[in-house]
Amino acid sequence: MTEDKERLDRAIMAMRVAKELPPGGTVNLGIGIPTLVSMFVGDDSIVFYHSESGVLNCGPLAEDGNEDIDLINAGGQFLEPVPGMAYFSSADAFAMIRGGHVDVTVLGAHQVSANGDLANWMLPERGVGNIGGAMDLAAGADKVIVAMEHNDRNGNAKVVEECSFPLTGKGCVSLVVTDVAVLEPTPDGMVLRETAPGWSPEDVQEITGAALIIPESVGEYEV
Amino acid sequence: MAFSKLYDTHDAAVADVRDGATILVGGVAKSNEPSGLLSALLRHDATDLTIVCDFSGWDGSETIPRLVKDGRVSRIISPYPFLGAHGGVIPELWELGDIEVVAVPHGTLAERLRAAGAGIGGVFITTGVGTRFDMDKESRSIDGVGHVLETPLRADFALLRCHRADGVGNLVYRGAQRGWNSVMATAARTTVVESDEIGEPGAINPELVITPGIYVNRIVRAAGAPAV
Repeated sequence: MTEDKERLDRAIMAMRVAKELPPGGTVNLGIGIPTLVSMFVGDDSIVFYHSESGVLNCGPLAEDGNEDIDLINAGGQFLEPVPGMAYFSSADAFAMIRGGHVDVTVLGAHQVSANGDLANWMLPERGVGNIGGAMDLAAGADKVIVAMEHNDRNGNAKVVEECSFPLTGKGCVSLVVTDVAVLEPTPDGMVLRETAPGWSPEDVQEITGAALIIPESVGEYEV
Repeated sequence: MAFSKLYDTHDAAVADVRDGATILVGGVAKSNEPSGLLSALLRHDATDLTIVCDFSGWDGSETIPRLVKDGRVSRIISPYPFLGAHGGVIPELWELGDIEVVAVPHGTLAERLRAAGAGIGGVFITTGVGTRFDMDKESRSIDGVGHVLETPLRADFALLRCHRADGVGNLVYRGAQRGWNSVMATAARTTVVESDEIGEPGAINPELVITPGIYVNRIVRAAGAPAV
């Protein structure tokens, strides 16, 4: 039974994702858990942030009282100014993404399939959606990392054999960081890489909607 | 100066908007909305409008939702057509079938506008391949990778905001103002810009001009700086 098992909080998930960011690389962070990631990038690891709003090398979210109406990310959140920033058009912002100049994007998701399909823009019951820049990032970024809870509010699995929600991109996800595990979608299926403290591979399998490939050694969720 | 693109009022700058017009509205999220021009559009009587914008509505900005509520808008084209409008007028009228809402990926919209401004017949891109966004679009494999054809999106008007302009229409933006405004400036038959500051030609160093004046038809002074 897994109901009583403790799941990791969003900050721990963000810390785990931060470990994946390449020093000197350019990173685009989506809204939600991904936004938290910038708080856990160590001072010794320089990472450049890219925002679809047309800002490169921006800082983390601005402190209260230090907001600038013209310095925002694509979600409308205020950013901290830092030395070395550059501004550019929306067309350039996405040329950078599609052109493969953005190394990593971290996105939230409704569903990820075993082979790395991503659904994150529309819940069918709402019938509407804000696609934003997610589809461009899914198609263009070198590496797509998904940070999400393992199950939705109703307990439904979000790691699934095949996505039932409208897709954002096909086979684009290379790593999934959840509140109980780290997983890697592959053409052969979803590989379990790490489990949270107190969780066995079988526990993770129980709450997952896809058959997991469980290697001989599964690591401990490291932050 | 004999020649100037400077207009005295926001109303005069949008007076010739016709029924059925397609209008680009600049700005990213709550930032740098062309609030004076949008207010003038609210006072105007043109209807059956197509609005192309980043966010269609957000907390603290009522302009586009108000246009929709007044029955002036037939269609919204936007990456975030419903953001900040949970239960608001746009989803309500959309559910009733009174307006058409077209969600377009952010980068695809930017590239369609860029193509229109550059006179390019379209672009093949990877965004949306294998999703519902590739339906009914011409597809092609380029270097073994699936692409779809996105066509130019031309507009009748662009209503934009910038930080500094001169009388011949050269523009400089501030921060993320540049994002949508600089792309949209190229893609409309009539580009109208409200500027925080307006100077004589020469007020902007030519090395630093972001949008050359050839793309700009009308300049009007911004009513006031938007608040955080």
